[in-house]
Amino acid sequence: MDRPLGLLAELTYKCPLHCPYCSNPLTVPQAAELTLDEWYRVLIEARQLGVLQLHLTGGEPLARPDLTPLVARARDLGFYVSLVTSGVGLDLQRARELASAGLDHVQLSIQDADRISADEVAGARVFNRKLAAARAVTALELPLTVNVVLHRGNIGRIGPIADLAAELGADRLELAHTQYYGWGLLNRSALLPTRDQVATAEQAVARARATHDDTLEILYVVADYYEAYPKPCMHGWGRRHIVIAPDGRALPCPAAAQIAGLGIDNVRERSLSAIWHHSPTFTRFRGYDWMHEPCRSCPLKETDFGGCRCQAFQLTGDAARADPACQLSPDHHLVEAALQVAGPLHQPWHPRSNPSVS
Amino acid sequence: MTAPLSLTDRPQLRRGVRAATDPLSDETVLLFPEGVLILNETAAVVVRQCDGCLSVAEVVQAVGEVYDGVAVEDVMSLLRDLITQNLLVANRG
Ligand SMILES: C[S@@+](CC[C@H](N)C(=O)[O-])C[C@H]1O[C@@H](n2cnc3c(N)ncnc32)[C@H](O)[C@@H]1O
Ligand code: SF4
Ligand code: SF4
Repeated sequence: MDRPLGLLAELTYKCPLHCPYCSNPLTVPQAAELTLDEWYRVLIEARQLGVLQLHLTGGEPLARPDLTPLVARARDLGFYVSLVTSGVGLDLQRARELASAGLDHVQLSIQDADRISADEVAGARVFNRKLAAARAVTALELPLTVNVVLHRGNIGRIGPIADLAAELGADRLELAHTQYYGWGLLNRSALLPTRDQVATAEQAVARARATHDDTLEILYVVADYYEAYPKPCMHGWGRRHIVIAPDGRALPCPAAAQIAGLGIDNVRERSLSAIWHHSPTFTRFRGYDWMHEPCRSCPLKETDFGGCRCQAFQLTGDAARADPACQLSPDHHLVEAALQVAGPLHQPWHPRSNPSVS
Repeated sequence: MTAPLSLTDRPQLRRGVRAATDPLSDETVLLFPEGVLILNETAAVVVRQCDGCLSVAEVVQAVGEVYDGVAVEDVMSLLRDLITQNLLVANRG
Protein backbone atom coordinates (compact mmCIF):
# COMPACT_ATOMS: atom_id res chain seq x y z
CA MET A 1 0.00 0.00 0.00
CA ASP A 2 1.02 3.59 -0.50
CA ARG A 3 2.66 5.40 2.36
CA PRO A 4 2.03 8.97 3.39
CA LEU A 5 4.79 11.40 2.40
CA GLY A 6 3.42 14.66 3.76
CA LEU A 7 1.88 15.75 7.03
CA LEU A 8 -0.06 19.01 7.12
CA ALA A 9 -0.15 20.12 10.71
CA GLU A 10 -2.83 22.73 11.23
CA LEU A 11 -1.54 24.11 14.51
CA THR A 12 -4.41 26.49 15.18
CA TYR A 13 -7.41 28.00 13.42
CA LYS A 14 -6.68 31.36 15.03
CA CYS A 15 -5.64 33.98 12.54
CA PRO A 16 -5.35 37.77 12.72
CA LEU A 17 -6.33 38.15 9.06
CA HIS A 18 -9.65 37.96 7.23
CA CYS A 19 -8.98 36.70 3.70
CA PRO A 20 -12.32 36.14 1.95
CA TYR A 21 -10.84 33.18 0.00
CA CYS A 22 -9.63 31.39 3.14
CA SER A 23 -10.07 27.64 2.76
CA ASN A 24 -10.45 27.11 6.50
CA PRO A 25 -13.82 25.79 7.74
CA LEU A 26 -16.49 28.24 8.87
CA THR A 27 -17.28 26.24 11.99
CA VAL A 28 -15.28 23.76 14.03
CA PRO A 29 -16.09 21.45 16.96
CA GLN A 30 -15.29 22.83 20.37
CA ALA A 31 -12.08 21.12 21.44
CA ALA A 32 -8.73 22.22 22.78
CA GLU A 33 -5.75 22.53 20.43
CA LEU A 34 -3.18 19.74 20.60
CA THR A 35 -0.44 20.54 23.08
CA LEU A 36 3.25 20.56 22.19
CA ASP A 37 3.65 17.10 23.73
CA GLU A 38 0.75 15.77 21.73
CA TRP A 39 2.29 17.16 18.54
CA TYR A 40 5.61 15.52 19.44
CA ARG A 41 3.84 12.17 19.64
CA VAL A 42 2.09 12.77 16.30
CA LEU A 43 5.43 13.60 14.68
CA ILE A 44 7.04 10.41 15.96
CA GLU A 45 4.12 8.34 14.70
CA ALA A 46 4.20 10.10 11.35
CA ARG A 47 7.90 9.44 10.98
CA GLN A 48 7.31 5.74 11.67
CA LEU A 49 4.76 5.73 8.85
CA GLY A 50 7.40 7.14 6.51
CA VAL A 51 6.31 10.78 6.33
CA LEU A 52 9.15 12.94 4.98
CA GLN A 53 7.63 16.39 4.74
CA LEU A 54 6.01 18.47 7.45
CA HIS A 55 3.97 21.56 6.60
CA LEU A 56 3.18 23.74 9.59
CA THR A 57 0.04 25.65 8.76
CA GLY A 58 -3.29 26.82 10.16
CA GLY A 59 -4.89 29.39 10.70
CA GLU A 60 -1.73 31.27 11.46
CA PRO A 61 0.94 28.90 12.83
CA LEU A 62 2.93 31.84 14.23
CA ALA A 63 0.06 32.30 16.69
CA ARG A 64 1.47 29.25 18.52
CA PRO A 65 4.11 30.45 20.98
CA ASP A 66 5.61 26.93 21.01
CA LEU A 67 6.35 26.87 17.28
CA THR A 68 10.14 26.98 17.64
CA PRO A 69 10.50 23.85 19.80
CA LEU A 70 8.12 22.04 17.46
CA VAL A 71 10.31 22.93 14.47
CA ALA A 72 13.42 21.82 16.34
CA ARG A 73 11.90 18.45 17.24
CA ALA A 74 10.63 17.93 13.71
CA ARG A 75 14.10 18.56 12.26
CA ASP A 76 15.62 16.18 14.83
CA LEU A 77 13.24 13.51 13.62
CA GLY A 78 14.39 14.12 10.04
CA PHE A 79 11.43 15.95 8.52
CA TYR A 80 11.76 18.59 5.82
CA VAL A 81 9.99 21.40 7.66
CA SER A 82 8.03 24.11 5.87
CA LEU A 83 6.28 26.97 7.58
CA VAL A 84 3.15 28.14 5.75
CA THR A 85 2.41 31.60 7.04
CA SER A 86 0.82 34.97 6.44
CA GLY A 87 4.02 36.48 7.80
CA VAL A 88 2.16 38.37 10.51
CA GLY A 89 4.30 37.92 13.60
CA LEU A 90 7.46 37.03 11.70
CA ASP A 91 9.97 39.67 12.70
CA LEU A 92 13.70 39.19 12.29
CA GLN A 93 14.10 37.75 15.78
CA ARG A 94 11.36 35.14 15.38
CA ALA A 95 12.67 34.26 11.93
CA ARG A 96 16.17 33.84 13.36
CA GLU A 97 14.84 31.57 16.13
CA LEU A 98 13.01 29.40 13.63
CA ALA A 99 15.99 29.27 11.30
CA SER A 100 18.28 28.12 14.07
CA ALA A 101 15.71 25.50 15.07
CA GLY A 102 16.27 24.08 11.59
CA LEU A 103 13.32 25.37 9.56
CA ASP A 104 13.89 24.30 5.94
CA HIS A 105 11.56 26.58 4.01
CA VAL A 106 9.04 29.37 4.39
CA GLN A 107 5.93 29.82 2.28
CA LEU A 108 4.64 33.30 2.84
CA SER A 109 1.31 34.45 1.47
CA ILE A 110 0.82 37.93 0.08
CA GLN A 111 -2.59 39.15 -1.03
CA ASP A 112 -1.58 41.44 -3.89
CA ALA A 113 1.21 43.66 -5.21
CA ASP A 114 -0.96 46.71 -4.63
CA ARG A 115 -0.82 47.71 -0.96
CA ILE A 116 -4.33 49.10 -0.70
CA SER A 117 -6.00 46.12 -2.36
CA ALA A 118 -3.81 43.72 -0.40
CA ASP A 119 -4.79 45.24 2.93
CA GLU A 120 -8.42 45.32 1.94
CA VAL A 121 -8.39 41.58 1.21
CA ALA A 122 -6.38 40.77 4.34
CA GLY A 123 -8.78 42.92 6.37
CA ALA A 124 -5.84 44.56 8.17
CA ARG A 125 -2.96 46.89 7.40
CA VAL A 126 -0.30 44.23 7.11
CA PHE A 127 1.19 44.64 3.63
CA ASN A 128 4.34 46.38 4.81
CA ARG A 129 4.80 43.91 7.66
CA LYS A 130 4.54 41.04 5.22
CA LEU A 131 7.23 42.55 3.03
CA ALA A 132 9.42 42.98 6.11
CA ALA A 133 8.76 39.35 7.04
CA ALA A 134 9.76 38.21 3.55
CA ARG A 135 12.96 40.25 3.77
CA ALA A 136 13.75 38.75 7.18
CA VAL A 137 13.42 35.28 5.66
CA THR A 138 15.68 36.00 2.69
CA ALA A 139 18.18 37.90 4.84
CA LEU A 140 18.66 34.67 6.79
CA GLU A 141 19.14 32.79 3.49
CA LEU A 142 16.08 30.66 4.19
CA PRO A 143 14.38 29.51 0.99
CA LEU A 144 11.26 31.55 0.36
CA THR A 145 8.15 30.76 -1.64
CA VAL A 146 5.75 33.64 -2.04
CA ASN A 147 2.18 32.40 -2.36
CA VAL A 148 -0.56 34.51 -3.88
CA VAL A 149 -4.13 33.25 -4.08
CA LEU A 150 -5.68 34.49 -7.31
CA HIS A 151 -9.19 35.87 -7.60
CA ARG A 152 -10.89 38.50 -9.70
CA GLY A 153 -9.49 41.34 -7.61
CA ASN A 154 -5.78 40.61 -8.10
CA ILE A 155 -5.68 38.47 -11.23
CA GLY A 156 -4.89 41.49 -13.40
CA ARG A 157 -1.65 42.18 -11.51
CA ILE A 158 0.41 39.06 -12.16
CA GLY A 159 3.28 41.08 -13.66
CA PRO A 160 3.67 43.38 -10.63
CA ILE A 161 3.21 40.40 -8.27
CA ALA A 162 6.08 38.55 -9.95
CA ASP A 163 8.23 41.69 -9.86
CA LEU A 164 7.52 42.07 -6.16
CA ALA A 165 8.36 38.43 -5.41
CA ALA A 166 11.63 38.79 -7.32
CA GLU A 167 12.46 42.03 -5.55
CA LEU A 168 11.86 40.34 -2.18
CA GLY A 169 14.41 37.69 -3.13
CA ALA A 170 11.94 34.80 -3.29
CA ASP A 171 13.13 31.54 -4.86
CA ARG A 172 9.64 30.58 -5.91
CA LEU A 173 6.33 32.23 -6.60
CA GLU A 174 3.18 30.16 -6.34
CA LEU A 175 0.22 31.71 -8.10
CA ALA A 176 -2.73 29.59 -7.05
CA HIS A 177 -6.28 30.18 -8.16
CA THR A 178 -8.76 30.17 -5.31
CA GLN A 179 -10.06 26.71 -4.49
CA TYR A 180 -13.64 27.01 -3.36
CA TYR A 181 -13.72 25.62 0.16
CA GLY A 182 -14.67 27.16 3.48
CA TRP A 183 -14.79 30.94 3.24
CA GLY A 184 -13.76 30.71 -0.39
CA LEU A 185 -16.94 28.82 -1.23
CA LEU A 186 -19.04 31.22 0.82
CA ASN A 187 -17.51 34.13 -1.11
CA ARG A 188 -17.36 32.41 -4.47
CA SER A 189 -19.51 34.90 -6.31
CA ALA A 190 -17.24 37.75 -5.21
CA LEU A 191 -14.04 35.90 -6.11
CA LEU A 192 -14.60 34.02 -9.38
CA PRO A 193 -12.75 35.62 -12.27
CA THR A 194 -14.06 35.50 -15.84
CA ARG A 195 -12.75 33.16 -18.50
CA ASP A 196 -11.15 36.18 -20.19
CA GLN A 197 -9.40 37.19 -17.00
CA VAL A 198 -8.04 33.67 -16.62
CA ALA A 199 -6.81 33.60 -20.22
CA THR A 200 -5.11 36.98 -19.82
CA ALA A 201 -3.56 35.80 -16.56
CA GLU A 202 -2.08 32.77 -18.26
CA GLN A 203 -0.39 35.01 -20.81
CA ALA A 204 0.88 37.21 -17.99
CA VAL A 205 2.34 34.14 -16.26
CA ALA A 206 4.20 33.21 -19.45
CA ARG A 207 5.60 36.74 -19.73
CA ALA A 208 6.60 36.81 -16.05
CA ARG A 209 8.38 33.47 -16.48
CA ALA A 210 10.33 34.87 -19.42
CA THR A 211 11.25 38.02 -17.46
CA HIS A 212 12.37 36.25 -14.29
CA ASP A 213 13.68 33.11 -15.89
CA ASP A 214 16.99 32.86 -14.04
CA THR A 215 15.98 33.85 -10.56
CA LEU A 216 12.35 33.10 -9.82
CA GLU A 217 10.57 29.81 -10.38
CA ILE A 218 6.89 30.48 -11.05
CA LEU A 219 4.33 27.80 -10.24
CA TYR A 220 0.84 28.31 -11.52
CA VAL A 221 -2.10 26.38 -10.06
CA VAL A 222 -4.92 26.44 -12.60
CA ALA A 223 -8.52 27.53 -12.05
CA ASP A 224 -10.24 24.16 -11.95
CA TYR A 225 -13.68 25.60 -12.74
CA TYR A 226 -12.34 26.56 -16.17
CA GLU A 227 -10.44 23.35 -16.89
CA ALA A 228 -11.76 20.38 -18.84
CA TYR A 229 -10.68 17.85 -16.21
CA PRO A 230 -10.39 18.16 -12.45
CA LYS A 231 -7.27 18.51 -10.37
CA PRO A 232 -5.65 15.36 -8.89
CA CYS A 233 -6.78 16.50 -5.47
CA MET A 234 -4.19 15.71 -2.73
CA HIS A 235 -2.64 13.23 -5.25
CA GLY A 236 -5.46 10.87 -4.38
CA TRP A 237 -7.52 10.44 -1.27
CA GLY A 238 -5.57 8.88 1.60
CA ARG A 239 -2.65 8.22 -0.71
CA ARG A 240 0.11 10.75 0.01
CA HIS A 241 -0.99 13.16 2.73
CA ILE A 242 -2.37 13.33 6.23
CA VAL A 243 -3.90 16.50 7.63
CA ILE A 244 -4.16 16.95 11.38
CA ALA A 245 -6.64 19.62 12.44
CA PRO A 246 -5.80 21.80 15.48
CA ASP A 247 -7.88 19.55 17.77
CA GLY A 248 -6.24 16.32 16.54
CA ARG A 249 -8.79 15.13 13.99
CA ALA A 250 -6.99 13.24 11.24
CA LEU A 251 -8.16 13.95 7.69
CA PRO A 252 -7.12 13.14 4.13
CA CYS A 253 -7.41 16.81 3.15
CA PRO A 254 -7.98 20.13 4.92
CA ALA A 255 -11.60 20.37 3.75
CA ALA A 256 -12.67 16.77 4.42
CA ALA A 257 -14.29 17.32 7.82
CA GLN A 258 -17.42 18.72 6.16
CA ILE A 259 -18.21 15.42 4.40
CA ALA A 260 -21.03 13.90 6.41
CA GLY A 261 -20.73 10.41 7.82
CA LEU A 262 -17.01 9.85 7.38
CA GLY A 263 -16.39 8.70 10.94
CA ILE A 264 -13.44 10.96 11.69
CA ASP A 265 -10.74 9.67 14.03
CA ASN A 266 -8.62 11.75 16.36
CA VAL A 267 -4.91 11.26 17.11
CA ARG A 268 -5.84 11.69 20.77
CA GLU A 269 -7.72 8.40 20.61
CA ARG A 270 -6.05 6.29 17.95
CA SER A 271 -2.54 5.83 16.66
CA LEU A 272 -1.69 7.51 13.40
CA SER A 273 -0.81 4.16 11.90
CA ALA A 274 -4.22 2.69 12.80
CA ILE A 275 -5.85 5.81 11.38
CA TRP A 276 -3.88 5.70 8.14
CA HIS A 277 -4.56 2.02 7.56
CA HIS A 278 -8.05 1.56 8.97
CA SER A 279 -9.87 4.79 9.67
CA PRO A 280 -13.00 4.88 7.49
CA THR A 281 -12.17 8.52 6.76
CA PHE A 282 -9.00 7.39 4.98
CA THR A 283 -10.24 4.15 3.43
CA ARG A 284 -13.57 5.43 2.14
CA PHE A 285 -12.26 6.95 -1.13
CA ARG A 286 -8.86 5.29 -1.33
CA GLY A 287 -8.09 3.60 -4.64
CA TYR A 288 -10.74 3.21 -7.33
CA ASP A 289 -13.40 0.80 -6.03
CA TRP A 290 -15.67 3.52 -4.68
CA MET A 291 -16.00 5.17 -8.08
CA HIS A 292 -19.17 5.30 -10.14
CA GLU A 293 -19.42 6.14 -13.81
CA PRO A 294 -18.15 8.13 -15.60
CA CYS A 295 -14.96 7.76 -13.53
CA ARG A 296 -15.05 3.98 -13.10
CA SER A 297 -14.29 3.25 -16.75
CA CYS A 298 -12.41 6.49 -17.47
CA PRO A 299 -8.74 6.20 -18.46
CA LEU A 300 -7.96 9.45 -16.64
CA LYS A 301 -8.91 8.08 -13.24
CA GLU A 302 -5.30 7.15 -12.47
CA THR A 303 -4.24 10.70 -13.22
CA ASP A 304 -6.87 12.74 -11.41
CA PHE A 305 -8.44 10.16 -9.04
CA GLY A 306 -11.87 11.46 -10.02
CA GLY A 307 -11.01 14.94 -8.74
CA CYS A 308 -11.91 16.37 -5.39
CA ARG A 309 -14.25 14.51 -3.01
CA CYS A 310 -14.97 17.65 -1.02
CA GLN A 311 -15.93 19.58 -4.13
CA ALA A 312 -18.21 16.71 -5.19
CA PHE A 313 -19.84 16.72 -1.76
CA GLN A 314 -20.20 20.50 -1.59
CA LEU A 315 -21.79 20.81 -4.99
CA THR A 316 -23.85 17.59 -5.22
CA GLY A 317 -24.29 16.39 -1.63
CA ASP A 318 -22.62 13.06 -2.56
CA ALA A 319 -18.86 12.79 -2.08
CA ALA A 320 -18.67 9.66 -4.26
CA ARG A 321 -19.69 11.40 -7.47
CA ALA A 322 -17.23 12.66 -10.09
CA ASP A 323 -15.87 16.11 -9.33
CA PRO A 324 -18.36 18.47 -11.03
CA ALA A 325 -15.39 20.47 -12.35
CA CYS A 326 -14.92 17.61 -14.84
CA GLN A 327 -16.67 18.23 -18.16
CA LEU A 328 -17.61 14.52 -18.26
CA SER A 329 -19.42 14.78 -14.93
CA PRO A 330 -23.22 14.64 -15.14
CA ASP A 331 -23.15 17.47 -12.57
CA HIS A 332 -20.91 19.76 -14.60
CA HIS A 333 -23.84 22.16 -15.10
CA LEU A 334 -23.42 23.09 -11.41
CA VAL A 335 -20.01 24.54 -12.15
CA GLU A 336 -21.22 26.19 -15.31
CA ALA A 337 -24.06 27.78 -13.36
CA ALA A 338 -21.59 29.10 -10.80
CA LEU A 339 -19.54 30.65 -13.61
CA GLN A 340 -22.55 32.74 -14.60
CA VAL A 341 -21.79 34.96 -11.61
CA ALA A 342 -18.12 35.36 -12.58
CA GLY A 343 -17.36 38.96 -13.32
CA PRO A 344 -14.52 41.42 -13.16
CA LEU A 345 -16.27 43.77 -10.77
CA HIS A 346 -15.68 44.18 -7.11
CA GLN A 347 -18.42 42.83 -4.85
CA PRO A 348 -18.70 42.78 -1.09
CA TRP A 349 -17.57 39.60 0.64
CA HIS A 350 -17.76 37.99 4.07
CA PRO A 351 -14.41 38.57 5.77
CA ARG A 352 -13.03 35.43 7.37
CA SER A 353 -13.41 35.50 11.13
CA ASN A 354 -12.04 32.99 13.60
CA PRO A 355 -14.22 29.89 13.22
CA SER A 356 -17.29 29.65 15.36
CA VAL A 357 -17.98 26.54 17.38
CA SER A 358 -20.60 24.13 16.10
CA MET B 1 14.46 21.76 -22.83
CA THR B 2 17.96 20.64 -21.89
CA ALA B 3 19.88 22.70 -19.40
CA PRO B 4 23.33 23.79 -20.50
CA LEU B 5 26.12 22.22 -18.50
CA SER B 6 29.86 22.08 -18.98
CA LEU B 7 32.59 19.96 -17.42
CA THR B 8 33.94 22.94 -15.51
CA ASP B 9 30.63 23.84 -13.79
CA ARG B 10 30.48 23.13 -10.07
CA PRO B 11 26.99 21.76 -9.48
CA GLN B 12 25.27 22.05 -6.15
CA LEU B 13 21.82 21.31 -4.78
CA ARG B 14 19.64 24.36 -5.09
CA ARG B 15 18.87 26.35 -1.96
CA GLY B 16 15.99 24.62 -0.19
CA VAL B 17 16.84 21.16 -1.54
CA ARG B 18 18.19 18.67 0.95
CA ALA B 19 19.46 15.11 0.48
CA ALA B 20 18.31 12.73 3.19
CA THR B 21 17.89 9.04 3.88
CA ASP B 22 14.41 7.59 3.69
CA PRO B 23 13.71 6.02 7.10
CA LEU B 24 11.68 3.19 5.54
CA SER B 25 13.81 2.12 2.58
CA ASP B 26 17.24 3.58 3.41
CA GLU B 27 17.31 5.05 -0.09
CA THR B 28 18.61 8.56 -0.70
CA VAL B 29 15.84 11.06 -1.28
CA LEU B 30 15.87 14.70 -2.27
CA LEU B 31 13.52 16.80 -0.17
CA PHE B 32 12.34 20.19 -1.40
CA PRO B 33 9.37 22.50 -0.90
CA GLU B 34 7.24 20.89 -3.57
CA GLY B 35 7.91 17.27 -2.76
CA VAL B 36 10.26 14.34 -2.72
CA LEU B 37 12.44 12.61 -5.30
CA ILE B 38 13.75 9.10 -4.63
CA LEU B 39 17.20 8.60 -6.15
CA ASN B 40 18.53 5.30 -7.42
CA GLU B 41 21.87 4.16 -6.03
CA THR B 42 24.03 5.65 -8.77
CA ALA B 43 22.16 8.94 -8.79
CA ALA B 44 22.60 9.11 -5.03
CA VAL B 45 26.36 8.70 -5.34
CA VAL B 46 26.48 11.41 -8.01
CA VAL B 47 24.33 13.86 -6.09
CA ARG B 48 26.31 13.39 -2.90
CA GLN B 49 29.39 14.65 -4.75
CA CYS B 50 27.65 17.83 -5.91
CA ASP B 51 28.91 20.12 -3.19
CA GLY B 52 29.47 23.24 -5.26
CA CYS B 53 33.26 22.77 -5.04
CA LEU B 54 33.85 19.77 -7.28
CA SER B 55 33.56 20.36 -11.00
CA VAL B 56 31.46 18.09 -13.17
CA ALA B 57 34.69 16.46 -14.38
CA GLU B 58 35.72 15.83 -10.77
CA VAL B 59 32.28 14.48 -9.91
CA VAL B 60 32.57 12.01 -12.79
CA GLN B 61 35.99 10.96 -11.55
CA ALA B 62 34.78 10.53 -7.96
CA VAL B 63 31.84 8.44 -9.10
CA GLY B 64 34.21 6.38 -11.23
CA GLU B 65 36.01 5.39 -8.04
CA VAL B 66 32.78 3.80 -6.78
CA TYR B 67 31.47 2.32 -10.03
CA ASP B 68 33.42 0.95 -12.97
CA GLY B 69 32.77 2.29 -16.41
CA VAL B 70 30.95 5.49 -15.54
CA ALA B 71 30.07 7.34 -18.74
CA VAL B 72 30.53 11.11 -18.62
CA GLU B 73 27.41 11.52 -20.70
CA ASP B 74 25.29 9.54 -18.21
CA VAL B 75 26.38 11.68 -15.29
CA MET B 76 25.83 14.84 -17.28
CA SER B 77 22.39 13.79 -18.38
CA LEU B 78 21.40 13.07 -14.78
CA LEU B 79 22.71 16.46 -13.68
CA ARG B 80 20.92 18.22 -16.53
CA ASP B 81 17.75 16.45 -15.58
CA LEU B 82 18.02 17.67 -11.98
CA ILE B 83 18.76 21.19 -13.20
CA THR B 84 15.65 21.12 -15.39
CA GLN B 85 13.64 20.03 -12.35
CA ASN B 86 15.04 23.04 -10.44
CA LEU B 87 16.72 20.78 -7.89
CA LEU B 88 20.33 21.52 -8.84
CA VAL B 89 22.19 24.64 -9.94
CA ALA B 90 25.14 24.44 -12.32
CA ASN B 91 27.38 27.25 -10.93
CA ARG B 92 29.11 28.29 -14.11
CA GLY B 93 32.78 27.41 -13.89
C1 LIG C 1 -5.11 28.37 4.93
S1 LIG C 1 -3.53 29.16 4.79
C2 LIG C 1 -2.85 28.98 6.42
C3 LIG C 1 -1.47 29.61 6.58
C4 LIG C 1 -1.40 31.12 6.66
N1 LIG C 1 -2.47 31.69 7.42
C5 LIG C 1 -1.36 31.74 5.27
O1 LIG C 1 -2.37 32.29 4.85
O2 LIG C 1 -0.32 31.67 4.63
C6 LIG C 1 -2.55 28.00 3.85
C7 LIG C 1 -2.22 28.42 2.41
O3 LIG C 1 -3.36 28.29 1.62
C8 LIG C 1 -3.55 29.44 0.84
N2 LIG C 1 -5.00 29.52 0.66
C9 LIG C 1 -5.92 29.95 1.53
N3 LIG C 1 -7.16 29.82 1.05
C10 LIG C 1 -7.02 29.27 -0.19
C11 LIG C 1 -7.94 28.89 -1.21
N4 LIG C 1 -9.26 29.02 -1.04
N5 LIG C 1 -7.46 28.36 -2.35
C12 LIG C 1 -6.13 28.19 -2.52
N6 LIG C 1 -5.21 28.52 -1.61
C13 LIG C 1 -5.66 29.06 -0.44
C14 LIG C 1 -2.93 30.54 1.65
O4 LIG C 1 -2.55 31.65 0.85
C15 LIG C 1 -1.73 29.84 2.24
O5 LIG C 1 -0.66 29.82 1.34
S1 SF4 D 1 -7.45 34.22 6.70
FE1 SF4 D 1 -5.74 34.40 5.25
S2 SF4 D 1 -3.96 34.47 6.57
FE2 SF4 D 1 -5.63 33.66 7.82
S3 SF4 D 1 -5.54 31.42 7.65
FE3 SF4 D 1 -6.91 32.12 6.06
S4 SF4 D 1 -5.59 32.36 4.27
FE4 SF4 D 1 -4.23 32.30 6.04
S1 SF4 E 1 -14.70 11.18 -15.53
FE1 SF4 E 1 -13.79 11.00 -13.51
S2 SF4 E 1 -11.78 10.06 -13.84
FE2 SF4 E 1 -12.52 10.79 -15.85
S3 SF4 E 1 -11.63 12.83 -16.08
FE3 SF4 E 1 -13.66 13.12 -15.14
S4 SF4 E 1 -13.31 13.12 -12.93
FE4 SF4 E 1 -11.44 12.28 -13.90
